[in-house]
Amino acid sequence: MTALVPTRDDVARAPGGGQRRRPALPVSVAISVVALAGAGALSLLVGARAVPLASVWDTTHPLHAVVEARLDRTVLGLAVGAALGLAGALMQGLTRNPLADPGILGVNAGATFAMVVGMTAFGAAEMGQFLPLAFVGAALAAAVVHGIASLGRDGATPMKLAITGAALSAGLASWTTGLLLADRKTMETFRFWQVGTVAGRGTDVLVAGLPFLVVGVVLALAGARLLDTLALGDDLARGLGRRTTRDRLVIALAIVLLAGTATALAGPIAFVGLVVPHVVRALVGPDHRRLLPFSMLAGAVLVVVADTVGRIVLPPAEVQVGIMAAVVGVPVFIALIRRTGRAL
Amino acid sequence: MTVTLGRPAIAEPPAPDALDVVRRARRAPVRHHRRLLASLVVALAGAFAARVLLGDFTVTVPDFVRIVGGEQIPGASYIVMESKLPRAVLAVLVGVAFGVGGAIFQTTLRNPLASPDIVGISLGASAAAVSAIALAGWTGWPVSAAAVVGALAVALAVRAVAGDHGGFRLVLAGIGLAAAMQSVIQYVFTRVDEYDVQLVLRWLTGSVNGVAWQAIGLLALALAVLLPATAWVARSLRATELGDDAAAGLGVGRGRTDLLMLLGVLLVAVAVAAAGPVAFVAFLSGPIARALNRGRTTLPAAGLVGAVIVLAGDYAGAYAFADLNLPVGVVTGALGAPFLLWLLARGPLDAHRGRRAG
Repeated sequence: MTALVPTRDDVARAPGGGQRRRPALPVSVAISVVALAGAGALSLLVGARAVPLASVWDTTHPLHAVVEARLDRTVLGLAVGAALGLAGALMQGLTRNPLADPGILGVNAGATFAMVVGMTAFGAAEMGQFLPLAFVGAALAAAVVHGIASLGRDGATPMKLAITGAALSAGLASWTTGLLLADRKTMETFRFWQVGTVAGRGTDVLVAGLPFLVVGVVLALAGARLLDTLALGDDLARGLGRRTTRDRLVIALAIVLLAGTATALAGPIAFVGLVVPHVVRALVGPDHRRLLPFSMLAGAVLVVVADTVGRIVLPPAEVQVGIMAAVVGVPVFIALIRRTGRAL
Repeated sequence: MTVTLGRPAIAEPPAPDALDVVRRARRAPVRHHRRLLASLVVALAGAFAARVLLGDFTVTVPDFVRIVGGEQIPGASYIVMESKLPRAVLAVLVGVAFGVGGAIFQTTLRNPLASPDIVGISLGASAAAVSAIALAGWTGWPVSAAAVVGALAVALAVRAVAGDHGGFRLVLAGIGLAAAMQSVIQYVFTRVDEYDVQLVLRWLTGSVNGVAWQAIGLLALALAVLLPATAWVARSLRATELGDDAAAGLGVGRGRTDLLMLLGVLLVAVAVAAAGPVAFVAFLSGPIARALNRGRTTLPAAGLVGAVIVLAGDYAGAYAFADLNLPVGVVTGALGAPFLLWLLARGPLDAHRGRRAG
């Protein structure tokens, strides 16, 4: 909670004594664009086999096919990363909780479980069928976690949410394993997907998911002002004329669309939604109208860089994005616990 | 059993059996504890017999005695000696180790959520063991040693992160590390050439299926050392439960508490090395045993409850669905998570008998 709205203490402690110096908006935009372009270029050029720059546009180059294969996963990584970064920022704003993340709060696990139920029970096999399943699972998991964590006198505190999410994730993982054991064929297709990867998914997968991502992004960016008002607290927001329940539902719908689609496309990837908003908040401040778009960009950069690094960090095999995200995310998670420990 | 205080105005002479009433009242918990242990042993024996004798291949008691005596009965001998008996024995050993280890954690940290399977210690042991097996090709006791190292590393990391704060910070740090350990295990699976479903199930969810007698003997040997040591160190558990300061005041230093925690880590680690991180057994056994024992902590009962849970879970997983052999970890995970959610929903999270644990 404390991390989202700077208190007087935060301001006083900030370097520069009171006025926190942040890069001006054009500088931030320039940095993001350069980072995005750099990450994309690296993702095309770096891998088990490094390709020369010329092969990117020279269609007759012998290594052009390699670039094309990498283009698929780069674009998918950008889309998934943007969705996860944005979903994380929305969740942290909505729950006013610095530990919120679609992976930690069990939303990804819910989407995964619903998809496996669809595969084994109803024979779902196409992305068009997976997506609605993922949305239903994500929405139910979010509702259950939030509902259970809200019980009790002190409401949905950050750690109650996190522990409830972990409990639900663990239980759903067991149910998922049980279903998969009954159906070996599904297990084979599930093997790599379950780790969280953007490799070898193909463009048609992305095309199926893109409309939902766009709707989610539009809802999220339109809801930036709602989050700023909600950050003041429910009473104050209502006093300012907001209908808080409706506002929350709009944001929640955006989260479900973004996290559900990302899980359906690339598997459950945790920690991206946790790390990105904190880094971005340190750079551009807590205003959601800036925080949300920059979280999108930073999420895309993080996932693409993680994918690229995962290709070369432990040759000859690749390390999947989901694993790389945990490598980056767990230290940040622990640092957050240590910093906010007193408030928890 | 309560002693009602009569009105002093009526000068009733003290009943001659007042001393006796008090003595009996003070002995009641001890006697209840003995009765509880006895009934748990009976339940364990029943579950063990059911696991070995019943199921899709029924063995009669005389046959079973003859088989264990070394006689060869075509078909039955193989099934009993290579499948049913090792599974049942391993389930008992693993259940006792997880139950006692979990109860040690929950009691010394004074938080029912701070059990080794929730704070990532089981997964740490599992990650180290599976790395040793799949990447380094180790077998036998070095795998157990690797599991112990992994469990200790995670335990120290959690403790370093949580500092002196018990309670929530510790649980949250553990959840984060558990996620990291799970990633390590999944990474190892993407590296193995042949995707061995049994291997994956053992090291991610826990399974007592297909374990060699040698590994079971190793676990039994480790427990033969660790359990008596735990019983000896845990004499001061009642004082430890009161918290560091109160325990120090009663003459129980930090060192003894640390030693008890170390034994808990070792118990969990050797069990994981044999059967994988069987989900939620360490978490469930302690609270169940405590509820059965009228709210008093009891390590022996926790161990017996753990053994019954693993045996029953393995039996249910093997025979509940006709053509489906679920590993025990899936069963305990599927049933344990709702219990954890219920515990979270029920009330003051960090209350351990009404005290704040943070």
